[in-house]
Amino acid sequence: MKMPVPDSGVIARRREIVEALRAIVPGEGVIVDENELRAYECDGLTAYRQLPMVAVLPSTVEQVSQVLKTCKAMGVKVVPRGAGTSLSGGALPLADGVLLGMGKFKRILDIDYANRCVTVQPGVTNLGISNAVAHEGFYYAPDPSSQIACTIGGNIAENSGGVHCLKYGLTTNNVLGLEMVLMDGTILRLGGKHLDAGGYDLMGIVTGSEGLLGVVTEVTVRILKKPATARAVLLGFPSSEQGGDCVAAIIAAGIIPGGMEMMDRPAIHAAEAFVHAGYPLDVEALLIVELDGPAAEVDHLIDRVEAIARDKGACYARVSTSEEERLAFWAGRKAAFPAVGRISPDYYCMDGTIPRKALPLVLQRMQEMSDRCGLRVANVFHAGDGNLHPLILYDANKPGELEAAEEFGNDILRLCVEVGGVLTGEHGVGVEKRDLMTDQFDEADLQQQQRLKCAFDPDGLLNPGKVFPTLHRCAELGRLHVHQGELRFPDIPRF
Amino acid sequence: MTITTLKPETAAQVTDAVRWALSAGEPLEILGSGSRRGLGRPVQAGHALDLSALSGVIAYEPEELVLTALAGTRMDLIRSMLAERGQHLAFEPPEGGTLGGLVASGLAGPRRISAGSARDHTLGIAGVSGRAEAYKGGGKVVKNVTGYDVPKLMAGSFGTLTALTEITVKVLPAPEDSATLLLFGLDDRAAVAVLDRALRSPYEVSGAAHLPAVIAARSGVSAVAGAGGAATLVRLEGFGPSVAARVTMLREELRADAVLGRDESLAVWREVRDGAGLGEGTDAQLWKLSVPPSAGPSTVEAIRRTLDVEAFYDWGGGLVWLTARPDSGTAIRAALSAGGHATLVRAPEPVRAATDVFQPLPEPLMALSRRVKESFDPKGILNPGRMYAGL
Ligand SMILES: Cc1cc2nc3c(=O)[nH]c(=O)nc-3n(C[C@H](O)[C@H](O)[C@H](O)COP(=O)(O)OP(=O)(O)OC[C@H]3O[C@@H](n4cnc5c(N)ncnc54)[C@H](O)[C@@H]3O)c2cc1C
Ligand SMILES: Cc1cc2nc3c(=O)[nH]c(=O)nc-3n(C[C@H](O)[C@H](O)[C@H](O)COP(=O)(O)OP(=O)(O)OC[C@H]3O[C@@H](n4cnc5c(N)ncnc54)[C@H](O)[C@@H]3O)c2cc1C
Repeated sequence: MKMPVPDSGVIARRREIVEALRAIVPGEGVIVDENELRAYECDGLTAYRQLPMVAVLPSTVEQVSQVLKTCKAMGVKVVPRGAGTSLSGGALPLADGVLLGMGKFKRILDIDYANRCVTVQPGVTNLGISNAVAHEGFYYAPDPSSQIACTIGGNIAENSGGVHCLKYGLTTNNVLGLEMVLMDGTILRLGGKHLDAGGYDLMGIVTGSEGLLGVVTEVTVRILKKPATARAVLLGFPSSEQGGDCVAAIIAAGIIPGGMEMMDRPAIHAAEAFVHAGYPLDVEALLIVELDGPAAEVDHLIDRVEAIARDKGACYARVSTSEEERLAFWAGRKAAFPAVGRISPDYYCMDGTIPRKALPLVLQRMQEMSDRCGLRVANVFHAGDGNLHPLILYDANKPGELEAAEEFGNDILRLCVEVGGVLTGEHGVGVEKRDLMTDQFDEADLQQQQRLKCAFDPDGLLNPGKVFPTLHRCAELGRLHVHQGELRFPDIPRF
Repeated sequence: MTITTLKPETAAQVTDAVRWALSAGEPLEILGSGSRRGLGRPVQAGHALDLSALSGVIAYEPEELVLTALAGTRMDLIRSMLAERGQHLAFEPPEGGTLGGLVASGLAGPRRISAGSARDHTLGIAGVSGRAEAYKGGGKVVKNVTGYDVPKLMAGSFGTLTALTEITVKVLPAPEDSATLLLFGLDDRAAVAVLDRALRSPYEVSGAAHLPAVIAARSGVSAVAGAGGAATLVRLEGFGPSVAARVTMLREELRADAVLGRDESLAVWREVRDGAGLGEGTDAQLWKLSVPPSAGPSTVEAIRRTLDVEAFYDWGGGLVWLTARPDSGTAIRAALSAGGHATLVRAPEPVRAATDVFQPLPEPLMALSRRVKESFDPKGILNPGRMYAGL
């Protein structure tokens, strides 16, 4: 994985750039000390590290606007950053770039129950929003596992999801309004407290754009009333295939659970050894199905899910009878990553989506790859929406294992695309999957996406080197070849 | 003013047609079934690109919750196919038209408050840009964050960015049962307050509308028309036992006057969805306003100060349908002080040509929208002027 070659001309102007930034954000808001910059050298994808040229921590929208405008004028690249929990290297700094930390934007600006929405600054954590409205029985639905740390700004940039997303949607389905700043300093408002923003759905494009289109400075999200009850069923199967069949049958029966998660044998064993959730150890696949809603509905559906599971060959079934028990079921799943961390010096978490019906094939092919490269793999995944998280176990101290793990990971993602799925279900492309984009998209697809980028950031200064495998200049992308009278389309019916 | 209609039968022919239009400098008006050609700004094009022959469902897998079809496929066909497997498009689109027309119009029904709109369910697209380039965006699975979410941008772009040839949508189980709580005789403000209470409850309300007396009286559902005054509607849907339990609890909590069972509930929400009750066939203009839900009544009050209008509320007060005498745009838009926007949905052609059909955008946003349009269609070949003059 190669990052764009740093521009030595820009690095040579570092002092001048720092001065310009200090004029906008005074005092400690501009960081140049190498030790202090270390805090930003990587995000959740720790395999890649790079010190930024300088970091700036603005605290007002005007400062963000001035910083971007100044960087544009000076031809300097900018990488926005929230909490730095991205697992695809989205916030990886650039040696010739400014790191724009949004950590000071921590205020909850408005809680509006009558319109069921909350307006916050982008540095507020995902869980912080739910906590702010919990006393009224409300919550913010998208719940990435990192919700205690990750920011809503980062969630917008990554279109983050979590266990609830099958039923309640991703970030993009729960955002009503945004304020953002373009690279030229323009401050824009999209949407608001009303539904359907009007005009082109620019909010839809910005959500999930991985910090390449603009810097988000304010967010309005929908909040929902907490369901009256939630109960979970733990289901064990003699094979992953049967587990997969059960998931399909639940959905075919018209049931969309609040969460539906699956783990394979290695993941079950690691999780059980870690948190003692009470998981059965003699099954090949474990399914947790959570039903939420009014008590009458949950009771009705629990019975139906149990019946479906029996029919699909479940050899183990346990329904939670108390809130403690339900949380215990989840404790194992939620701790699956650290649990796997205990049985292997290092692990690499992949993230791809497949059509659910391809699950048996994908698991089998993954096992073959694992046998071939000698690295173990544990699987936890969002079964309801086919989002896989294979965890590849390796030891970074053993020469060649990191490279082997990366190669294995790439092969898994290519397999996801091959069976009709996509490279990433929730972690984003970032630098990690950038060079695989050509496996999912052809040149015309990628060029059209990059033209969109040009509409927002014509000089390509915002977070370059992420998402797109090849950097094109906007002028080149904008060229249009038209030949007069080239085609008369004789075959097309006319009236 | 259409001179020719081109009717491609394959995606490759769509590319040929756009390539010709581009080289000849002849703009195209894109048609699905053309059923609603009388809506929006009249397109300034001498040629029509009729996509209705691009028809057929390519893949439908109920367990995967996705359906892929050619863009010209008629919605009736898709609807009945989904219904056979107990599924539907959860955003409750209006009947008729084609899948492409539906997505391009970015529509949604009363279930917008819980299920979202067309954008939320459009997973993948293939199409031909105004550069005569065939490309695709998004994917064919329900969870995907690979690259920009181009399918969302297509929803509500009214064919000004791309001639869509293929679309993948998310489908969901259709509710087993439906019931509607009715409250009678409330004024607009009191009604929206009740809708707010219902939407703050944990009972998963999937429709929240208020019909003032004149509108309620025109309903085809006797319990609504016979109320003798305004009718406030709260819908609950889902599995039978769940609907029954929620109806009991919410009826008590809201002190509702009556409950509509399945058939009447379905009928009344069809009326709400279609904006029925607002005088079709008159020369009045039909407007659709999207505002913060609590600001619905005050917005209508402000409009009433200068105009004689009939209006009703959906989306808990956030969607106002209203009819007004001609030349109402300025007064309506001036009343949107709480935020939101107004779209002119029905009016005679000269009015649509002279009025801003869509809410005018603030200049920085308009400039960005123009650049977005140019990135897909630099020569303005596709539906020029449909959304905004000069775009
Ligand atoms: C243990 C763990 C579990 C996780 N679980 C999940 C999960 O279940 N689901 C899931 O979806 N993700 C998950 N993630 C990934 C990560 O938490 C999310 O992608 C999150 O949204 C990143 O937020 P952040 O604030 O940390 O952003 P950062 O990592 O700081 O940045 C991420 C991207 O957002 C951009 N960005 C940040 N702030 C802004 C802004 N204000 N304006 C514009 N661009 C901005 C950055 O440039 C970068 O491209 C997990 C991560 C970890 C470490
Ligand atoms: C401004 C406007 C507002 C509307 N508001 C409402 C409303 O509030 N409620 C309602 O019930 N209906 C509304 N509609 C009507 C809506 O268009 C129809 O319900 C339905 O989508 C018509 O389907 P059709 O195939 O006949 O589309 P058409 O009438 O043929 O086309 C509708 C729009 O979609 C574009 N289009 C069609 N197919 C494609 C394609 N394959 N690729 C790209 N673009 C395409 C057309 O150019 C046109 O802009 C509105 C339409 C417009 C133009």
